[in-house]
Amino acid sequence: MGLSENNKKILLGPLGKNNPISVQMLGICSALAVTSKLEPAIVMAVSVTVVTAFSNLVISLLRNTIPSRIRIIVQLVVVAALVTIVNEVLKAFAYDVSKQLSVFIGLIITNCIVMGRLEAFALGNKPGPSFLDGIGNGLGYGLILIVVGFFRELLGSGTLLGFQVIPQSFYDMGYANNGLMILPPMALIVVACIIWFQRSKDKDLQEK
Amino acid sequence: MMEESVMNRESNSYTLIYTTVVVILVAVALAFVSQTLRPQQAKNEAIDKMQQILNSLRIKADSGNAEAEYEKRIVDSYVVNVKGEKVDGDAFSTELAEELNKPEAERKYPVYEAKIDGKTKYILAMRGVGLWGPIWGFMTLDDDKNTVFGASFGHSGETPGLGAEIDKPGFGKEFIGKKFFNSDGKFVSIAIVKPGKTVQGQDYVDGISGGTITSQGVDAMLLNSIGVYIEFLKK
Repeated sequence: MGLSENNKKILLGPLGKNNPISVQMLGICSALAVTSKLEPAIVMAVSVTVVTAFSNLVISLLRNTIPSRIRIIVQLVVVAALVTIVNEVLKAFAYDVSKQLSVFIGLIITNCIVMGRLEAFALGNKPGPSFLDGIGNGLGYGLILIVVGFFRELLGSGTLLGFQVIPQSFYDMGYANNGLMILPPMALIVVACIIWFQRSKDKDLQEK
Repeated sequence: MMEESVMNRESNSYTLIYTTVVVILVAVALAFVSQTLRPQQAKNEAIDKMQQILNSLRIKADSGNAEAEYEKRIVDSYVVNVKGEKVDGDAFSTELAEELNKPEAERKYPVYEAKIDGKTKYILAMRGVGLWGPIWGFMTLDDDKNTVFGASFGHSGETPGLGAEIDKPGFGKEFIGKKFFNSDGKFVSIAIVKPGKTVQGQDYVDGISGGTITSQGVDAMLLNSIGVYIEFLKK
């Protein structure tokens, strides 16, 4: 069973032309906070994908029953419940990473991508496409996080996922880790470089 | 026709019932998840505590070997009261946060003993308040019950990069060799000062730049938490 043309667009669009971070400029704050190492970036990417996918699914299933006056509250309850579950699961099975991510998992609740997709997509579409839209946007967000985390850990610590990748002989020749990469401002600059790269490849995205 | 049979979605009663049902369902789901995962989380927390105790002994352990290292190094553990007498109780399961809510006479303070190179080390528990929430730590003293052998600190949510730096090994290392009692045998604690400043009459270490409130919290925690062990330390 292949995906229809439309569903494919919903799933893969956010990875490129519709990327929540590099095109829509959402969720930047957590992209800065959790990307100094690759591992928390990956865990954060997975967590956000799970939350956006399932909150989109649940809200889409409920979309014809939610009283419009309290729809934001219902969305928040659903998102908060999912985030709490993710947090509990991480505490049970990935304790060290959950300690590292600390408050940022809880702050997924306020990630604009999640609420944005609920309002813009899940409230008006069927559960199947909504679920795909959630996965797509989570992955689009995660892709940027992982790219940023990759460069920051590689250049800042000389490691990837905790393993030393820059050989000792480099250090002996005078190479040094760039401590600036660990600091939040460099995340912004790496994101900016990604945006620059993406827009120079894709002329449609350039503002007139 | 259909519209009539369905309740009006915008009515107050529908809204009320809807919210009630949603909230109850969510509460049940969360309670279930929390109950199911609790044993695994408790195990992780215990291992984390062991790692912190080992860190204060200047032993680096990861979550894989913490239990084995702990068994090997910690030779004895017990609880003492404010008079420094050993009383009934289990040190590891004693939560200092709960003890501090009890009347002073009933409080129990955990003590762990470890052997390093044949010498006894005493590990004391600490708890205090930082800027955003609780901070805690373990202080390991040499067998003179005065000189610091090592220290480790933890926090629940201090500002990353500022107050949160207290849990880095570098901060704990600054305490090595400092003394809690002055030359007259009086308890004076160890002061945390702004980097570059000094104090008279007691040992001191540099606080965290930009983490002033957290540093002050550590200062108060040392005074209060180690202070309750005075009678035990004098024995």
